[in-house]
Amino acid sequence: MPVDAVSCHGLKKSYPDVRAVDGLDLDVLAGECFGLLGPNGAGKTTTIEILEGLTRRDAGEVVVLGLTWEDHERELRERIGISLQETQLSEKLTVYETVRLFRSFYRSGPEPDALLRDLSLDEKRNARVGKLSGGQRQRLAAACALAGDPDILFLDEPTTGLDPQSRLQLWDVVARFRAKGGTVLLTTHYMEEAERLCDRIAIVDHGHRIALGTPKELIARLEAPNIIEFTSEPALPADTFEHLAGCHGCTRRGEAWQLRVDSLAEAVPQVIAAVERSGGRLRTLTTHAATLEDLFVSLTGRDLRDA
Amino acid sequence: MPEPVRPAIIELTVTRTKEFLRETEAIFWVFGFPLLLALALGFAFREKAPDRIPVAVAAGPQAAHDLAALRTSPALAPRILTAAAAEDALRHGKVSLIVARTGSLVYRYDPTAPDSRTARREADDALQRAAGRRDAVPAHDESMHEQGARYIDFLIPGLLGMNLMGTGMWGTGFTIANMRMKKLLKRLIATPMRKSEFVLAQFLSRLIFLVVEVTVLVAFGWVVFGVRVNGSIAALALISIVGGYAFSGLGLLTASRARTMEGVSGLMNLIMMPMWLCSGVFFSYERFPAAVQPLIRALPLTILNDALRAVMNDGAPLMHVAPALIYLAAWGVVTFAVALKIFRWM
Repeated sequence: MPVDAVSCHGLKKSYPDVRAVDGLDLDVLAGECFGLLGPNGAGKTTTIEILEGLTRRDAGEVVVLGLTWEDHERELRERIGISLQETQLSEKLTVYETVRLFRSFYRSGPEPDALLRDLSLDEKRNARVGKLSGGQRQRLAAACALAGDPDILFLDEPTTGLDPQSRLQLWDVVARFRAKGGTVLLTTHYMEEAERLCDRIAIVDHGHRIALGTPKELIARLEAPNIIEFTSEPALPADTFEHLAGCHGCTRRGEAWQLRVDSLAEAVPQVIAAVERSGGRLRTLTTHAATLEDLFVSLTGRDLRDA
Repeated sequence: MPEPVRPAIIELTVTRTKEFLRETEAIFWVFGFPLLLALALGFAFREKAPDRIPVAVAAGPQAAHDLAALRTSPALAPRILTAAAAEDALRHGKVSLIVARTGSLVYRYDPTAPDSRTARREADDALQRAAGRRDAVPAHDESMHEQGARYIDFLIPGLLGMNLMGTGMWGTGFTIANMRMKKLLKRLIATPMRKSEFVLAQFLSRLIFLVVEVTVLVAFGWVVFGVRVNGSIAALALISIVGGYAFSGLGLLTASRARTMEGVSGLMNLIMMPMWLCSGVFFSYERFPAAVQPLIRALPLTILNDALRAVMNDGAPLMHVAPALIYLAAWGVVTFAVALKIFRWM
């Protein structure tokens, strides 16, 4: 009986100044890595904290591991591991003391030293938390989340602000947790993180789910595997090129136009020709394979990063 | 090397204690500050010959004679000044009294100033005796320097009470507010940790330091100033623990909602300041008007200070301070209960 690890329906949450979550549905399958992708302020953190039983919802249903927060809070706390977006663990304690403390809250779980080894923190065992780098702090946060040997790991923006190497190390932690059969629910505003780590992704914006699927399915929704981005002088209207053969749509991004096309080999010469025909001059032209970022742009007309 | 992980209540208490020990500034405020205060005040108010009150004798034919008569009083420091200089000196508070002869003997002074009134009495006595007055009944003075009645004997229990209040409130309240600000409280309640154990650990860790700080201050008073504990050590320990518990509860309550360190600091000061001033830390609260006495006597620090003094100075038995213990324990129970009820974990 494949139970949903996490499911919520019709989730709503408003704050005095904003409707943070507005009727969200999610079903996270046991054993999968599920990503909530969206810009800052999309309602990702509010959503994940409702699912973690930390924030009260205004409406909707939440079931985690077949249990509800209302009736089984202690049981659920034993079985999930959480890394919050901005916890500062006590700076005066050492790495080992911190992990030991968290381990003591759970009925069962790995030895603190084994956890530190798994997270490559054994060299920092006796270092004060205050002296750790950003990447080490995030791994310590992950160690605390894993201290009770959880079935589900909730990670809120686990790699925000980390350098590429630290990010890879954390991705590795997630991969190993999943290899042991764990379920992961994470939020991120990095599309490459979502693409690399997640089996399925829900793209959220303004508290709504605007797309759901595997990374491949989502990119396929663009109906075009390639993106051409260019600027011209003078700027040209959309009808100059939106009817070119193999073009599935265009979106304005600042001064630039973004075209979603089937084949670069066919489309690029057409774009150049179209610009010349209209008497303009091409200033820049770049191409790349379509990503989730492009999907977000095509769905909302805004960038993930600065939306 | 790796010991097995102990129960959460012990891990919480141990980590809290280690955190505090690694906080150098906090160590100073808990241990160093009260000792410095005791040292400074103890020396400032140590016994010495009472100051002589400066008195002016207005220059004139009888001045030298009066000067000699006034010098027989141990309370006065007379000198001869011209009439104008004497007036100036009196106005500026350099002397408390002018003795002049304008026909009769004249005393010029401010009757609202206690020093001036004393000087007038002493001067009149000395001059009348020099003129031949005899005492109707012979009398002699007995000065009191009994151990247990000096200012430092009064001060040490007061400082002890003040310290129990300060460390109980700051130690608990500040830590909690800080943890809330750093979202550490939120992270903790995302685990199966029991909230009651977390709160209990705060108090247990306070208890460890309380034992140390009380011992240090009492031993210091004993060694440096000879301040004795006339009652039982056990009674003193019990009062300190119950007092520390009451103020930990008050600290927890104060910090139960505050979102910022500024907020909690302001609230702490608002609560502690009246007790600092009114609860008889540095001087007896009997000096305040009768109308506010019931209020002052209801403050937990007043009760704690009175109980500490009863045991340390008067050697009162435990039974005598039982009502105070019950009162303080009730403060602790109520503040802890209310704090847990309204506590903001995020």
